[in-house]
Amino acid sequence: MGVIQVQEPGLFTTVQDLGREGFGAMGVSASGAADAISLRLGNRLVGNDEGAAGLEMTLLGGTFIFPEGALLALTGSDFGAALDGQPVELWSSFEVKAEQSLRLGPTRTGARCYLCVRGGIEARLFLGSASTHILSGLGGHEGRALRKEDALKIAAESRVIHERRMTARSLKELQPRKVLRVTEGPQSDWFPESARRLFYESRYRVAEESNRMGIRLEGAVIPLPSSGDMISEGVSLGAIQVPEGGKPIVLFVEQQTTGGYPKIANVISADFHSLGQLRPRDEIRFERVDSETARALLREQKEFLASEELLFE
Amino acid sequence: MPVPLGRRGVRYTFASMDTAAGVGARFQFSSDQSLLVYFDQLKEQGRARARPQQSQITLQANEKVRRLLRLLESEPVAGVRNLHPAYCSLLVKFDALRLRHEEVEAILRGYLERLDEVSLPEPRLVEIPVCYGGEFGADLAEVCAMSGITAAQAIEMHVSVEYLVYFLGFVPGFAYLGELPEALVTPRLATPRRKVPAGSVGIAGNQTGVYPFATPGGWRLIGRTPVAMFRAEREGLSMLTIGDRVRFAPISAERFAALEKEWA
Repeated sequence: MGVIQVQEPGLFTTVQDLGREGFGAMGVSASGAADAISLRLGNRLVGNDEGAAGLEMTLLGGTFIFPEGALLALTGSDFGAALDGQPVELWSSFEVKAEQSLRLGPTRTGARCYLCVRGGIEARLFLGSASTHILSGLGGHEGRALRKEDALKIAAESRVIHERRMTARSLKELQPRKVLRVTEGPQSDWFPESARRLFYESRYRVAEESNRMGIRLEGAVIPLPSSGDMISEGVSLGAIQVPEGGKPIVLFVEQQTTGGYPKIANVISADFHSLGQLRPRDEIRFERVDSETARALLREQKEFLASEELLFE
Repeated sequence: MPVPLGRRGVRYTFASMDTAAGVGARFQFSSDQSLLVYFDQLKEQGRARARPQQSQITLQANEKVRRLLRLLESEPVAGVRNLHPAYCSLLVKFDALRLRHEEVEAILRGYLERLDEVSLPEPRLVEIPVCYGGEFGADLAEVCAMSGITAAQAIEMHVSVEYLVYFLGFVPGFAYLGELPEALVTPRLATPRRKVPAGSVGIAGNQTGVYPFATPGGWRLIGRTPVAMFRAEREGLSMLTIGDRVRFAPISAERFAALEKEWA
């Protein structure tokens, strides 16, 4: 069985798959890859099921050694990867020979880069998923971000020999967006029209303290509804809540399952992967769409991801 | 009937909303893949979708939440992916390419008609040992000062009540317990702590609860339990489940240390 040795972990690298839906009544959020599309495609590039566990790197990548070799793919943002000093291409599978070292650096584009390996990373499942839930220290590799000298097992799989890559057209299609499309939030109409207008007309900057739980935004302060009489309720992925102080927070993959702040809007499902590529200091804005449009965009995305011309060998 | 406890600017009030037909359900679009079912009552504001001026939480509404949750768990709807219960609402997440909001609503209406058939499990009574005050309950003195009571009185009040687990939320295993004796009703901290130690027992408004993990938190801390509230290796994972009854039992620092070893 293959192994990945962690020589340098990078800034914040965790084991992620597509998460664990269905445990909201226990207070457990779904978690999973912040840019699920990149993880899914990375897995397809190495011939895995889309939901196999891979490594999610954040802003600064790590250095990994493969004592027995492996078939890999890197997807998401460009972290300047090099295999024994030779640059490797993103979005295509490549063979790593025994004892070769893969080194990634700081990002040149978005927030996250995924490393997928033929067979997937073997991790003890927590509630059916290998996804690391940092806050509770559960799932993934010992419930935490990787450290120097960790060793991760690669699940056994007969190795495919051929390599796969993505078409140029499909890569263009997958560019993360900086204008995020949203539908109305459950408390949208608590906010006066002037507050909503301000929200949609403003540019927001992603704050440094953003993480997998929430993306904090700096910019126009949204006036709160007159009296704060909100009862805690279940919150959706991508909900944009406005806490006291008026700085919006987008609830993200490792979100709290319930919350007591009014939500002015909700990022549409088709744009979740774009949230996962937002870096601190990125500038974004929001564009309102109706639920029919949101559904149509999600269907389009699903069909695009299922299309034949997406990858080739 | 419970009396409203909304003093000193506290957010939550428990009040009866009994009508002939019981508590009605209301549906709200939440996101392109979720909708909220509320068991509350909008106060008429003269506008169709006016914001409720005084939100009300009732035992009755929460019981409906628990009944609907149980029915949806025992007879799952294909395409429904997650359920997030809360005081008087249930968030239903679904596969938006398989179900439309209107379809989910129609299915849920069918479930709602059968709520009376649902038998809720006999509530378990769970006792949680707590070492109050000192380093474990950094805000106990302030809570006492605000309420004009002694620490001994505050502890006595906190352990005097059998609490209901209204729901689990926020983080894995965090149970929202109500309701506090009125003298202990205290607002949240103006500035939340960046890190609350795991096991901390806090109060906020007329709620109390235990932080299962070291997380940020704005509740006022009055004690700590050595018991693990959520463990991956334990069957059921969470110490508490929605609908459980909870009592707190005061323990000494020595007992805390001994129990902490047992749970480690």
